[in-house]
Amino acid sequence: MKSNSKFIFLFVGWMLLWLVFVSSALAADLKVGPNSRYKTIAAAVAAAQPGDRVLVQQGLYQETDITIDKPISLVGINNPVVDGALKGQILTITSSRVVVKGITFKNVQVSHLKDHAAIKVVESRWVTLEDNTIENAYFGIYLQRSDSCTIRNNVIRGQGKTETSSGNAIHLWYCDYASIEGNKVSGHRDGIYLEFVKQSRATNNLSEHNLRYGLHFMFSDGNTYRHNTFRKNGAGVAVMYTKNIIMEHNRFEQNWGSAAYGLLLKEISRSTIAHNEFTRNTTGIYMEGSSKLSISDNEFNGNGWAVRLLSSCEEDTFRLNNFIGNTFDIATNGNSQHNHFSGNYWDKYAGYDLDKNKVGDVPYRPVSLYSMVVEKVPSSIMFMRSFIVDLMDAVEKVFPAFTPEKLLDEQPSMVRL
Amino acid sequence: MISIKNLNKRYGKLQVLNNLSVEFERGQVVSIIGPNGSGKTTTIKCLLGIVQPDSGEVYVDDELVLKQWEYRRKIGYMPQISHFPENMKVRQLFDMMKDIRKDVSELDEELIGLYNIQKMYDKRLGSLSGGMKQKVSASLAFLFQPDLLILDEPTAGLDPLSSEILKAKILKEKKRDKLILISSHIMSEIEEVADDILCMMDGRLCFYRSIAAIKEETGEARLGKAIAKLITY
Amino acid sequence: MDKVIKYVLYDILRNRIVLGYTIFLLIMSLGMFQLENDPAKAVLSLLNVVLLVVPLISIIFATIHFYNSQEFIELLVAQPINRQKIFYSEYLGVAISLATAFLTGVGVPLLLFGGGAIRSGAAGIYLITAGLFLTFIFVALAFLASVLTSDKAKGIGLALLLWFYFSLLYDGLVMMVLFYFSDYPLDKFSLAMLSLNPIDLGRVLVLLQIDVSALMGYTGALYKNLFSNFTGVLYACLLMLAWAVLPLMLAKRIFIRKDL
Repeated sequence: MKSNSKFIFLFVGWMLLWLVFVSSALAADLKVGPNSRYKTIAAAVAAAQPGDRVLVQQGLYQETDITIDKPISLVGINNPVVDGALKGQILTITSSRVVVKGITFKNVQVSHLKDHAAIKVVESRWVTLEDNTIENAYFGIYLQRSDSCTIRNNVIRGQGKTETSSGNAIHLWYCDYASIEGNKVSGHRDGIYLEFVKQSRATNNLSEHNLRYGLHFMFSDGNTYRHNTFRKNGAGVAVMYTKNIIMEHNRFEQNWGSAAYGLLLKEISRSTIAHNEFTRNTTGIYMEGSSKLSISDNEFNGNGWAVRLLSSCEEDTFRLNNFIGNTFDIATNGNSQHNHFSGNYWDKYAGYDLDKNKVGDVPYRPVSLYSMVVEKVPSSIMFMRSFIVDLMDAVEKVFPAFTPEKLLDEQPSMVRL
Repeated sequence: MISIKNLNKRYGKLQVLNNLSVEFERGQVVSIIGPNGSGKTTTIKCLLGIVQPDSGEVYVDDELVLKQWEYRRKIGYMPQISHFPENMKVRQLFDMMKDIRKDVSELDEELIGLYNIQKMYDKRLGSLSGGMKQKVSASLAFLFQPDLLILDEPTAGLDPLSSEILKAKILKEKKRDKLILISSHIMSEIEEVADDILCMMDGRLCFYRSIAAIKEETGEARLGKAIAKLITY
Repeated sequence: MDKVIKYVLYDILRNRIVLGYTIFLLIMSLGMFQLENDPAKAVLSLLNVVLLVVPLISIIFATIHFYNSQEFIELLVAQPINRQKIFYSEYLGVAISLATAFLTGVGVPLLLFGGGAIRSGAAGIYLITAGLFLTFIFVALAFLASVLTSDKAKGIGLALLLWFYFSLLYDGLVMMVLFYFSDYPLDKFSLAMLSLNPIDLGRVLVLLQIDVSALMGYTGALYKNLFSNFTGVLYACLLMLAWAVLPLMLAKRIFIRKDL
């Protein structure tokens, strides 16, 4: 018994020793730098074994078409810069479990034939890209058919001038279970672009000054978007052909223009939009063919149109939202309405509350006659707040004849929520 | 000093001045008379540039004055009715006029003294009675020692005592070789101050003679009767 | 010119109507800020009143003042001073007094209560700008109406008509035209129409601050350029200046040749 246990103890000891030896042999650190063994990243990557770390020292590296095809970590020490010099793609990852961290990539060529990116991940899983800076790239981070990847705390700044000569900052195509956190993206075509991406999360990102959309996703069901800020993007945020999404605590700010929206919803269903702030957008939410949405506890402040609800929308519920300082609260294009409004606060509400239950005693009609006139004759927008328009709206409020009869909030809140 | 040549003025269909020509000299006191609507006021207004004639010329000291304004520094004008800005104080009115005529250094403040205008200095013009306004107006007309005085019904709103003061002032100024034009209906007054009478009728000159000549011609001792006689001729 | 203008100002500033106008604006502005929690909303309510009341009071008061000053103007004309100066002095006297009343009545409360929020702050500044412009414009229009006819009743009637036309009739007519011809591109037309009404220009000036989000939704490229930067403000201001200067010049021309 005793020798047996001794044997087992020795065996385990040997095994542990071997493990330490082997793993330390596998996890070698390969240094890249002007005074290091490897002068180029490509050479270090080629020499690295799976599990190794390639430590890139401070410096400027003129390299393109580096390919990582084994699970290694590429780590920048003191922020090294890799300059693609506008010649093709910089880094391609074709292996799972790769980590790229703390490196600045810049100058990626614009190509209309290939989607050149600073970092491209192809058919790999569990790849982590964090704390990188990408400047003046065509595409910033580009993932295709790669599940369970993490893109965290990267800064991606493009210098796009037109939509066609600029790619997306973060681009995911057929990638499930992705986590996109804390990135700051700007100056690209779309800030974050997701197509066929399911069960993923985007949180705490800042997407601003992009040419088209701050966030753009299509056919991407079951995703969650929280605490993101989308500001001053050419056309705001567009989400299309998707169901089961959750958008909470996001901020949509200052998306201005004739086709700009805080949030554009097209063919979206069974989703939740709550606790978001829509501030000073041309249109806060534009909804087309969207159904069974719960839109609650949002703040619409100083938008041109807080909500444009096209008559193709059904069974959407607006509850407990604040509508403050918007030029138009709700605009619609037809007379039929199958949506539900209840308990919202409307700053334009002029009703009374005799029983003091903080709910207005008469319903509020958020669609004004003038908003319908503007819908039909856009140039009449110039007469906003003129005496004649106020008169017209006042008459319509007393004798509704043109505005949708059923579009009303039966229980408007008297106090800001 | 003043020469009016072929003056014409028409208000719509009404010919107010019809080819009027007349001359006035310094040292003269001329009373302009005539029935209502005969063109007295229009003539005065043409002289002052308040009304622009349709044709004809007005010379002051051989200078064509139509559409000019500098020549008015030689003129003191007392309008028939005085309407001043309500909330302006009497002092401010005088200050303003002095501001406009800064070039005049020696002011004639005799009437201001005689009418006791200083007492009114801090009153609003809107609070003054019609007669008090006329006193203000008369004082203003004489203030800048103009060579030409145009007085439109000067005594109309004045009490007898004030009228006397004004008449005495007119005679005093006459002696200083000034030309004084007075439009008036009150014959006794005219007789007292004027030398010559300019009578107008339908915008034309009816007659322009000295009072002595008029009396002599008609043989009437009373001016009113004499003039009535002349007009009916 | 300053010789006369100073005294005209003395007179009008102590006018009861001007004092009443100041107090009315003051009470109204203070009331708006007390009733509305959001200063931006108060500015909006003020905008409506300013666009209606300022032109109305300006044009009516100036017309009545002009007719009431008839004899005084005659007296001035008989003085060694040219008519142009008299005219401008009277104009500036009236316009500056009304502008002062407006600044006191609306500007001071705005400064006290509306300056806090950025949005209402900018809008407030433009509201004041618009109100001042409208004052000068409608006093000019009043003087034009006054020199066009010697009959006081006719003159006041004309002034009221001008006000009614600019504040209500005009917009209604243009909106109708826009509505009936909505199939045609009417960008330039509506912009031109806008420029032909000073009240609309004043309104747009404030609109550019408050409702820019909505204005940016308009598709015309012309407008986009106009709204997105300072051009729009400059455009509106220059046109409003023209709206004050042109009627004034015309009125002056008539006044110089007019029999008083």
